[in-house]
Amino acid sequence: MEKILDVKNLNVDFSTYNGTVHAIRGVDFHLNSGETLAIVGESGSGKSVTVRTVLQLMAKNSKISKGEILYHDEDLLKKSEKEMDDIRGNKISMIFQDPMTSLDPTMTIGKQVAEPLLIHNKVSKSDALKRAEEVLRLVGIPNPKARMKDYPHQFSGGQRQRIVIAIAIVNYPEILIADEPTTALDVTVQAQIIDLLKELQQKIGTSIIFITHDLGVVAGIADRVAVMYAGKLVEYGNVDEIFYNPQHPYTWGLLDSMPTLDTDDQNRLNSIPGTPPNLLNPPKGDAFAPRNAYAMEIDEEEQPPFFKVSKTHYAATWLLHPDAPKVEPPKSIQERFEKYQEMLGGSVK
Amino acid sequence: MEQVPKIPKEKFKLLHKKDDQAQESLGTPSLTYLQDVKRRLFSNKVATVCLILLGIMVLISVFAPVVAPHNPNTQRVEYSNLPPKIGNLDIPGFNGMQNMDGKSVDAYKEVGAPKGTYYILGTDYLGRDLLSRIIYGTRLSLIVAVLATLVDLIIGLPYGIVSGWKGGKVDTFLQRIIEIVSSVPNLVVVILMMIILKPGLVSIVIAIALTDWVTMARLIRAQTFQLKEQEYILAARTLGESSTKIATKHLIPNLSSTIIIQTMFTIPNAIFFEAFLSFIGIGIPAPNASLGTLLSDGQKAFRFLPYQMWAPALILSIIMIATNLLGDGLRDAFDPQSSD
Amino acid sequence: MTKYILRRILYLFLTLFIIASITFFLMKMLPGTPFTNQNRLSPEQLAIVKAQYGLDQPVFIQYLRYMGGLFQGNLGTSFQFNNEPVTQLIGQRLAPSMQIGAQAMIVGTVLGILLGAVAAIRKNTWVDTLATFISILGLSIPSFVLAVLLQFYLAYKWQIYPVALWDNFQSSVLPTLALAALPLGNVARFMRTEMVDVMSSDYIELAKSKGNSNWQVVTKHALRNSLIPVVTIIGPMAVSVMTGSMVVENIFSIPGIGEQFVKSITTNDYPTIMGLTIFYSFLLVLVILIVDILYGLIDPRIRLGNGGKE
Ligand SMILES: Nc1ncnc2c1ncn2[C@@H]1O[C@H](COP(=O)(O)OP(=O)(O)OP(=O)(O)O)[C@@H](O)[C@H]1O
Ligand SMILES: [Mg+2]
Repeated sequence: MEKILDVKNLNVDFSTYNGTVHAIRGVDFHLNSGETLAIVGESGSGKSVTVRTVLQLMAKNSKISKGEILYHDEDLLKKSEKEMDDIRGNKISMIFQDPMTSLDPTMTIGKQVAEPLLIHNKVSKSDALKRAEEVLRLVGIPNPKARMKDYPHQFSGGQRQRIVIAIAIVNYPEILIADEPTTALDVTVQAQIIDLLKELQQKIGTSIIFITHDLGVVAGIADRVAVMYAGKLVEYGNVDEIFYNPQHPYTWGLLDSMPTLDTDDQNRLNSIPGTPPNLLNPPKGDAFAPRNAYAMEIDEEEQPPFFKVSKTHYAATWLLHPDAPKVEPPKSIQERFEKYQEMLGGSVK
Repeated sequence: MEQVPKIPKEKFKLLHKKDDQAQESLGTPSLTYLQDVKRRLFSNKVATVCLILLGIMVLISVFAPVVAPHNPNTQRVEYSNLPPKIGNLDIPGFNGMQNMDGKSVDAYKEVGAPKGTYYILGTDYLGRDLLSRIIYGTRLSLIVAVLATLVDLIIGLPYGIVSGWKGGKVDTFLQRIIEIVSSVPNLVVVILMMIILKPGLVSIVIAIALTDWVTMARLIRAQTFQLKEQEYILAARTLGESSTKIATKHLIPNLSSTIIIQTMFTIPNAIFFEAFLSFIGIGIPAPNASLGTLLSDGQKAFRFLPYQMWAPALILSIIMIATNLLGDGLRDAFDPQSSD
Repeated sequence: MTKYILRRILYLFLTLFIIASITFFLMKMLPGTPFTNQNRLSPEQLAIVKAQYGLDQPVFIQYLRYMGGLFQGNLGTSFQFNNEPVTQLIGQRLAPSMQIGAQAMIVGTVLGILLGAVAAIRKNTWVDTLATFISILGLSIPSFVLAVLLQFYLAYKWQIYPVALWDNFQSSVLPTLALAALPLGNVARFMRTEMVDVMSSDYIELAKSKGNSNWQVVTKHALRNSLIPVVTIIGPMAVSVMTGSMVVENIFSIPGIGEQFVKSITTNDYPTIMGLTIFYSFLLVLVILIVDILYGLIDPRIRLGNGGKE
């Protein structure tokens, strides 16, 4: 499998009134061609900053202090502004979280969808509009020909997100970055959008980076999952490995708080006690240690390296060190382990 | 992958953290809102400078009788239109020299003023000390501004609170009144009031406040509407606290930032109107000085004696600029999102 | 939309009616007669003059007459100026006022928009600081102070423009500049705030993520979105230009309605004061109405939405 995107040791700082915020602290991940990679983590863990850095759509007060972002083996961070403009919306495009505010309120949606075509290709306006109409139909806007002349406020939230998706895919990008594309939508609409993304991936063969803080969404769409906490990845692996053989106590927490059929919706992510660390002065040791029921002395002194679990699965927790004691994960996680054993027994992957 | 470092075994003991041991302590100490506002205001250099500048002007105005070198209304016709002179300093423009028939002559000698007589900013056409008049003029302008702002508050605050709090028909009615009042240009109202009342301090204050309260009332109403739905106010209401108590205990403190900011924009407005009215001759009556009357006097003679115009123009402009900038600074301090 | 406009026009007349009534009764409350400062008249003469102006009638009749006249576009007769009808007086003097007023509005708004946009694009740089400084000066320095300074330096000292004369375009330059400062400052400030807001909005980020260059983002998306709200402050701007014009016309001896207004005040010419008050209010409500309609036309959210609601 070909790696089309390879992010290496990415570090991003923000200079703020109170000091420097170390928002991303050495993130490594890659994206294989044709796959969907999900990045999950609590609010503020740095998911958006990470992917925005890929497209270099960053706030003015940010600085990439270290790292490389290799796209087809070329470092995007070394590209000029002009070269990045050629990539954005063409090779790599992005879908944003809030469809209610992502569209220009004073421009017809036909023009907005046609815009990336006109920027990146030598096409006439009428051809671009024709193509925009096709794409709008593709993303499921009924009667697109007539509705092209409408303005964003005349569409529902779900429809607007479909339009945002249309804008993102109109040039058949190689990579589609979706930053919490369903968070602002109703549950039923969420499912529709996820299905649409899957369908589009099949049709146009794009690779997707899918960001969410809702693990429930991940199972349906991702091939691989990366778990992020306080500006670092803590665990990554295939979707089954993360769901049924998680190793990091933070992943346990996330999974444990996931609503299952018999639990209520009420205590989702909140059930991991405490709050993420202040990234103005990141802790010396493992950033999760203060909230970690399985923390050891070493966690407070040194950051854990990645330990290999399988060829595709790594986790950054001292619990995987040979000298660490055996711990007993929460019950729901143990059940997952059992399921995983069954799955391994059933099929040879 | 990174190499697994050698680590002493005893470090791998579970600490058995208690859940509630979450590390709140790592955050920056949270300041109270007001402290925060103060800190943000004083970290804004421009606003701080303006605050100091205005502070000095207020102090000078308060202590005008002590600070002013002369009585502002004492006329000494023999010393009329003397140029600025500071002691025996030989600074061009402040040495008492004047151009007469192409020659530079010492104007003070010409009128036979005894040695040691000098007027820092010169004198006007009646021989009154300009500096003293400016000090008193500034004082008068500031008094007008402060009084107008107070009256403005006295009308606008209850009006806005009632309108916002009651809502419904009362609100619609009160808003219609505001609509009508605000369709007359401010200046026209002010001028009409000035014609009807006798020119003077009180009339100016009333005239200005009569037009300015509308903005205040509007802002307060909008804010009250929002606050009304806040949980602590809803709680207070369900607990049966009286309306006046809710207004004084919950509403007004929460409205204070709006009030302070709006005040900072009312003050320059009032100063402008006072100067304007006095400039066209229906403001502060002679012989009292205000920035407007000084400007108007200065304008009449400015071709030959530009200093008489410059000083009040400069002071007026500085007050206007400083209050506007301070208003901006306060708004940013109260509502950090509104800046950058 | 039509229904909305009709309703607004109705309100406009209602407002004017109320203003006219209030003005009328305020004027009637004035102590003394309007003729006290004219050459002293004998009681008989005074009675004749009063009858001539209808001042011998009961106040209520006078009111009805006045309002009746108003409906026919008659604002009464001036006590001064050879009994000229006030409408005629205004008519003769409207052109110069409109000229400098319009010039000042256009110059101020256009420059203000440019200045504000540049400041927003170059936010937190020296360009921004300079632009902010200029706009603060513009909205802080009273127009009459500026007028006097311009007159002294550009007209009197350096003699680039006439001092106080009204004939050609040349003579309108200085008053225009003096009046343009305030709208310039206000528009620049407002535009900057709007545009900073717009530039940090999600749709601008999306526009950037489409591959637009920074320049394209500004021209295709940011400018239009920040310009629309600027329309809303044109009304208040027009009012302050009106205010300013009263003294500025005076300083530059421009035969406009502002100068007339000030003159009428100093001569107690009540019919003219009343007429001009009503006329100014009419202009103001008209400008606000036009601006509101314009806003509805250029903002698609209002244009196509339920136009009946405000
Ligand atoms: N412009 C900025 N200035 C300062 N700090 C910033 C800025 N942008 C992001 N951060 C900080 O970087 C961290 C990561 O933010 P990010 O937006 O990536 O979180 P996220 O994982 O996407 O969260 P969410 O799920 O809420 O979208 C946060 O702590 C945030 O406060
Ligand atoms: Mg995010």
